[in-house]
Amino acid sequence: MREPLRWAGQTVFFVAIAAMVGLFASWPSYRQFPEDQAQIKLSLSHGAQRVEACRRLSAEEIAKLPPAERRPNTCARERLPVHVQLLVDGDLVFDEVVAPGGLAGDGPARIYRKLIVEPGQRELVARLKDSDRPGAFDYEMRAEVSLAPQQSLAVDFRADAGGFVLR
Amino acid sequence: MDHARRPLRWLFDRAEAALGTIFPPAWNPLVNLGALGFFFYWIITASGIYVYIFFDTGVHQAFDSVEYMTHEQWYLAGVMRSLHRYASDGLVVVMLLHLLREWSLDRYRGVRWFSWIIGVPILVLVYVAGITGYWLVWDRLAQYVAIVSTEWLDQLPFFAEPVARNFLAPDALESRFFTLMIFMHIAVPLITLVLLWVHLQRITKPRINPPRGLMVGAFLSLLALSLVHPALSQGPADLARVPGTLQLDWFYLGLYPLLEHLPGPLTWGAAATLLIILLAMPWLPPLRKPAVARVDLGNCNGCARCAADCPYAAIAMVGRSDGLPFSAEAQVDPSLCVACGICAGACPTAMPFRRASALVPGIDLPELTIAALREEVERVGRALPRDAPRVLVFGCRHGVPLDGLRGAVALACTGQLPPSFIDYVLSKDLAEGVLLTGCREAACYNRFGIDWTKARLAGSRDPQLRRRVPRERVRTIWAGRLGAARLAAAVAEFQRDLATAAPLPRPAAPAPHHLAASDA
Ligand code: HEM
Ligand code: SF4
Ligand code: SF4
Repeated sequence: MREPLRWAGQTVFFVAIAAMVGLFASWPSYRQFPEDQAQIKLSLSHGAQRVEACRRLSAEEIAKLPPAERRPNTCARERLPVHVQLLVDGDLVFDEVVAPGGLAGDGPARIYRKLIVEPGQRELVARLKDSDRPGAFDYEMRAEVSLAPQQSLAVDFRADAGGFVLR
Repeated sequence: MDHARRPLRWLFDRAEAALGTIFPPAWNPLVNLGALGFFFYWIITASGIYVYIFFDTGVHQAFDSVEYMTHEQWYLAGVMRSLHRYASDGLVVVMLLHLLREWSLDRYRGVRWFSWIIGVPILVLVYVAGITGYWLVWDRLAQYVAIVSTEWLDQLPFFAEPVARNFLAPDALESRFFTLMIFMHIAVPLITLVLLWVHLQRITKPRINPPRGLMVGAFLSLLALSLVHPALSQGPADLARVPGTLQLDWFYLGLYPLLEHLPGPLTWGAAATLLIILLAMPWLPPLRKPAVARVDLGNCNGCARCAADCPYAAIAMVGRSDGLPFSAEAQVDPSLCVACGICAGACPTAMPFRRASALVPGIDLPELTIAALREEVERVGRALPRDAPRVLVFGCRHGVPLDGLRGAVALACTGQLPPSFIDYVLSKDLAEGVLLTGCREAACYNRFGIDWTKARLAGSRDPQLRRRVPRERVRTIWAGRLGAARLAAAVAEFQRDLATAAPLPRPAAPAPHHLAASDA
């Protein structure tokens, strides 16, 4: 091929490659989330009560322990599962019993769930049970929220703050 | 494996030939993929250092500092930002092509397992570097990257607290995590550089810099792209809002939609499987290892030409072990030798004129010895019909397939041919012309077979083709695997020209004996 033609060919080649790189660096765009919907993120990490409450050790039991480990109480480490419900406008959208984390079942139960909801005025009810008390849930939150399209609302739980929190 | 490799190899051969029509052989982008990778790495480093000067490392300030670069200082910091992004995209492209090409050419097994295995973590780290880079902009895309990445990590049972909870709501955002990302975005490329250095440890004279013209072309195209289509942010991150529609960099983030939507065990399983397959590939199945080059001490004078020519650093010159009065001897490391035979082509004792002793050179390939080669040359030469000028073709396993081609002698690599063989063919009247062929120029399968051959013929590298050999009777055509038609045409043209060439001066006296020591 003659020299000017080769230069032209190289130019075309480089332009094509640059265009290809520029193109796929931003196209096609990706609709990650429908623009006319809102999102609720239900996420919490909460350690339920222990399976057994702590109890006092008897004198014989204390004597059997190695001297460095003697203590008045014993506490089983295993925790109860956590039961969580979320209702949006009365519909049960989340209802799970989550086992505790950790190898010995002594860690917090973890929940991380994204839910798509219609924007607008919504009534949320969140409930959590972390004990073996029969009957009702230990915590409950009711809230009226107004959700804008594409809004992301987090429903979290903090026992030290008294229960569910919206973030 | 071979069935999958072959179509891809054909594709690469085709593309290389097509690019060969517009690029000089050494500039062909497809033979410079690794070197282009290095070049892009340096652009990324230089532009990265520049943008870091203006980058604010606080999670609440980062976005505005990047906006400042893009809009206020668009002419320099903005261009640097775009170069940083597009060179990173270019790096992914050339790296993946480089991987596919080495695989399709079967240059990943046997002795080459080392470069391949080191390449695998490089591949992973390049992606980690790119992903953490997108994180630092802290725009809506960064938010998406942060959330999908951490949600994906949370699919593993390692974290007591879900990492993605760091991005639950605006008040969850902490600069600690962001600082970790900045640290990773600097540390990971540095580790990559160390691994790149290791990657090349078993390759002599690796091609690290592309030819100047290719560098200029690649840089100008990145620069033009940066000016025409500057890298932009996609609005500040806001954890109280879902990003909606995003412009993904498909080179780095192309799999993110899958990570987002497919179940964790599937995506982690697929990623782990892919990684294991990549790591196991050199042994799936292993290359049948040809017998490695063997040194015959009695014929080695320690000239070190073989060590200088070996493309795989497989020969060391060590102290003499046999008491002969030479300073060193060649020693082959079997774990590095690919049996290309280039060392035999370099050895001054690989001299077909030698009759007194058996033809055993200082270094030789057991499966295709120089002595066997001489027999083959004589057999093929004698069988050439005399109705037209006879052309004897020397080729290799990686160029035009030579089986069934009349007058052709196949070498392990064209670089295996000691130049004295050409002299031998012509002066023993085995042919009127000698044609050398092999891989495409600048694309030698054994890296230096063509370069050394050309230099030996030109008399610029030992062993040189003797001056008495009439140059119009020696030709080369670097035709490549798909070049059968080109080769046939070259033979025909050569025959035509030979018909009118000056007659060969037939040596009256027998050719002198060259011995190793006298030639050194
Ligand atoms: C940033 C990424 C990379 C760069 C810059 C790079 C660069 C290079 C360079 C410069 C060479 C020497 C080529 C020569 O001089 O002939 C090489 C060889 C090689 N590379 Fe890479 N490489 C990269 C990634 C990879 C990856 C991901 C793989 C595969 C998993 C890989 C596999 C190989 C192999 C097998 C060779 C040896 C070829 C031979 O022995 O002939 N590389 N690389
Ligand atoms: S055969 Fe090739 S790889 Fe082996 S020692 Fe000789 S030149 Fe080196
Ligand atoms: S004589 Fe041959 S084998 Fe010995 S060092 Fe020289 S080239 Fe190598």
